Amino acid sequence: MDFTFTEDQAAVLEAVKEFCDDDLAPRAKETDEAGVWPAENVRKLGELDLMGIPVPEEYGGLGLDFLTWTAVGEELSRACTTTGAVYGAHVLCVFPIMTFGTEEQKQRFLVPLAKGEHIGAFGLTEPGAGSDAAAVSTRAQRDGDHYVLNGTKIFISNGGQAQTYVVIASTNPERGVRGLSAFIVEKGTPGFEFGKDEKKMAFPSLPNRELVFTDCRVPKENLLGREGGGFLVAMRTLAVGRIGMAIGAVGVARAALEAAVPYSKQRKQFGQPISSFQAVQFMLCDMATEVDAARLLTWRAAWLKDQGKPFEKEAAMAKLFASETAMRVTTKAVQVFGGYGYTREFPVERYMREAKLFEIVEGTSEIQRLVIANHVIRELGG
Amino acid sequence: MAVLLIPETCTGCRLCLRACPYGAIDMVEGKARFNDNCTQCGACASACAFGAIVIEAAYSRDVDTSQYRGLWVVAEHLHGTPRRGTYELLGEGRRLADALGVELAAVLLGDGVADLAQDLIAHGADTVYLVQDPALAHYRTGPCTDVLAGLINQHKPEIVLFSATPQGRDLAPRVAARLSAGLTADCTGLEVDAQERLLVQTRPAFGGNLMATIVCRHARPQMATVRPGVFRPLEPDPSRTGRVVETPVHLDERAIGLKILEVVQQETDGRVNLQDAEVIVSGGRGLGKPEAFALIRELAEVLGGAVGASRAAVDAGWIPAYHQVGQTGRTVQPKLYIACGISGAVQHLAGMSSADCIIAINKDPTAPIFSVATYGIVGDLFEVLPALTRRLRELRGA
Amino acid sequence: MKSVVCIKQVPETTEVRVDPQTNALIREGVKSIVNPVDENAIEAALQLREAHGGTVTVITMGPPQAEEALRQALAMGADEAVLLTDPASRGSDTLATSYTLAQMVRRLGEVDLVLCGKQAIDGDTGQVGPGLAERLGVPQITFAISLEVNDGRLRARRVLDDFFEVVEVKLPAVVTVVKQINEPRHPSMRNVLRAKRAEITRWTLADLEADPTQTGFDGSPTQVIRVWPPERRAGGKILDGPVEEAVEELARALKDMNLAAG
Repeated sequence: MDFTFTEDQAAVLEAVKEFCDDDLAPRAKETDEAGVWPAENVRKLGELDLMGIPVPEEYGGLGLDFLTWTAVGEELSRACTTTGAVYGAHVLCVFPIMTFGTEEQKQRFLVPLAKGEHIGAFGLTEPGAGSDAAAVSTRAQRDGDHYVLNGTKIFISNGGQAQTYVVIASTNPERGVRGLSAFIVEKGTPGFEFGKDEKKMAFPSLPNRELVFTDCRVPKENLLGREGGGFLVAMRTLAVGRIGMAIGAVGVARAALEAAVPYSKQRKQFGQPISSFQAVQFMLCDMATEVDAARLLTWRAAWLKDQGKPFEKEAAMAKLFASETAMRVTTKAVQVFGGYGYTREFPVERYMREAKLFEIVEGTSEIQRLVIANHVIRELGG
Repeated sequence: MAVLLIPETCTGCRLCLRACPYGAIDMVEGKARFNDNCTQCGACASACAFGAIVIEAAYSRDVDTSQYRGLWVVAEHLHGTPRRGTYELLGEGRRLADALGVELAAVLLGDGVADLAQDLIAHGADTVYLVQDPALAHYRTGPCTDVLAGLINQHKPEIVLFSATPQGRDLAPRVAARLSAGLTADCTGLEVDAQERLLVQTRPAFGGNLMATIVCRHARPQMATVRPGVFRPLEPDPSRTGRVVETPVHLDERAIGLKILEVVQQETDGRVNLQDAEVIVSGGRGLGKPEAFALIRELAEVLGGAVGASRAAVDAGWIPAYHQVGQTGRTVQPKLYIACGISGAVQHLAGMSSADCIIAINKDPTAPIFSVATYGIVGDLFEVLPALTRRLRELRGA
Repeated sequence: MKSVVCIKQVPETTEVRVDPQTNALIREGVKSIVNPVDENAIEAALQLREAHGGTVTVITMGPPQAEEALRQALAMGADEAVLLTDPASRGSDTLATSYTLAQMVRRLGEVDLVLCGKQAIDGDTGQVGPGLAERLGVPQITFAISLEVNDGRLRARRVLDDFFEVVEVKLPAVVTVVKQINEPRHPSMRNVLRAKRAEITRWTLADLEADPTQTGFDGSPTQVIRVWPPERRAGGKILDGPVEEAVEELARALKDMNLAAG
């Protein structure tokens, strides 16, 4: 089993790390505190060809594998959690169009997304449909050459800034999940407006916006996949999204660990660096071990997908473990920093607030456990 | 080096004639020909558009070094105002010339600078080679290279020193390449071996992490650019006498490709010249914001000193780049250097470590600056600086 | 517009150490990088290409591993790269280096502009750019902090000790740039992958028809006869204790120093 990256992957990662260290990381605090869309960072991601890593070259992407996309996302998150979050949310629009789109849809929508000229977002969650994805009530009624959308989506990452949205709506409420369909909706379509942007525990610069559809007429050419195939689109997209959240979690956990260790060597109490005390050593050990495990689970899930093998369970495991690890690691990091860790002067309190997000979005830890348990019982049941 | 004319290729266009400072080209039967005024300066080669004149520059070990005598210093001035490095070179040059038992000469190129020649003699020169022409009023590489190369070929000094200023570092390598001579950059130490008539040159490399000693056994002249602020000038003696040898030249502006469109003073903060200052108070990243430079300025004022800065402060836009001290900024040699909120990275030290006394004020006890400081205070500069300034004012008043 | 950028692969000097016994540089474990200001030169060339079209060729002279530096230049977006690698060019001082590079530039055909960084962080001489200009018989513009090309004429702003100069010259010319001229771009992933796969042309001195007496040790008039690590200044006195006392002690020490003012 070869745990090393290929030469191409290594070359890309090295270039990304330099960009992260030189450019993103030194401004991460500023990016977060600004409370506005990180336009400069997002533009640079596009310029560096980072917004279409897994998209085939003929649609403006790099045609590389998901593992590369995963490892790059991890570096971006480690350097700047906000930028990493935008990167992760963007793929939730890229992936379904890449997978389910017609040739025409790919040419029209995928190419600018892959080049970073347009940003993407994914609209599933509603006030009444969180974990219960099937309870989507946004309605899409066929009317001649259009579908008319009515309803509200909430907490949509990149909402308002994205140009392109993949939206899940019900074309046939009587059929429940089998009545859901996916649509590509562009910003500026009459009847498509943006509502509230949530003020959150963390990530003030990441928009999490309400999408409001009021008799919004979407051309029938924008139906993504077939009518009634929306649940499949959603599930497949969420599986990738799980890996996306895992990389965000690993990123913030690594950032916390990489801050805590040098601090512990520098900070002296009782005449010694605190890294010489076993209590601290044990904390650092647990942090490092869990971060490593989370990383490997995440890479493995991406690798399985690249191999064309089933990966839903592994993606769920990665997301579950990485997000809970992030919570533990960032909390411990604040502890290592002691009083200073609680102040705004050091980044670890921010990491701890950010980490909580990953236990909730893209399927809460509880949902992940259900998904994993189902798989486990099916596979290992006697 | 040799300058060769290829008659078959010559089209008789006269560009070379126009470019020659010494009137050494005649047109004979429609083709250019060199006469006895030629100093092999090479100006014609640059001017010829047809490749009919080539400079055969080749480093050779067969040079008869005994033909070369004398130590030259290339004077630098801005519109007649001499730059400090020139006096320092004459000071050090005097010592070396005496050790070698030869004359010390200064080369002065400019326009309307004859008065400066006497000043150079007062500072130690025995002879001043003076060349004046309107085209030399403001330094330009082309004409200065041609004239200096011509003079060197005529008079054959064994050593030629330049100040390692931007001008010196622009001119010296061009002249060295024209003459196929050896050139050492940014020397901080010079000695002569009178036996072998060698200039023994010492200079820093690898950003100051390594010192190297260099000689040039075969090529002549032995050329070096010398770091300003390291050597000391002599006390000027106006009664000193020497000779001024003026070489007439005629430079044609049309033959000089480069035009100077504008000369603009740099934005500086404060009145004291950083290069000459006896005391420098410097601010770094630890200041946190541009307004904090007010504390630096106040302390500098009480001490009659100049304001310096680390690269971090300049990069952050807190103070103009003129004030940057360090490997990519300027090198200073004050009596007293006070580093405030400066960590003391190797690149900064490279610019100030030869100060007589270094004082460091920094919050971080592990900052490398403390390992070179004569006195260090581990503390908050926002507390220390005002207190120090206040106390110094009181002591001065007392 | 055809431009050539001369770059150098150098050790990251912050980490350079000297072996106290042999007085030689310890190179193991020291990272090799593209000379930082050479990246500014590459960026300047790329920006001119964006404005005026043409090609950017990057060249260097060094051991085989200098190819790595060329690949980094290609990753930034340069069109092609050439490496001069030949054991006989070892020991070249700046005179021999400028000779060799000039031969390389000549071999590349009609070149409009040659760009270099102001100086390399290992040698710190800044002599190769002007030497190269002299050999090529073209004007030189050193310490450029901005560049503009219009109709075959180059206009540059030069930064000198305490003043700026704006100069203009007809191309071809050699320009050396300072780091403040621009912010070198980060390589895009496309260019990173392209650079990885690129064919880098390799030349030897024979390919340049170089005169062996002008290259390597034989062509170098300057000779290093000794290297040694500089004396580290010893640390002095740390004034700890309450600020008032430290300031008092320091103020008295400064008064005793008998400076011209105060």
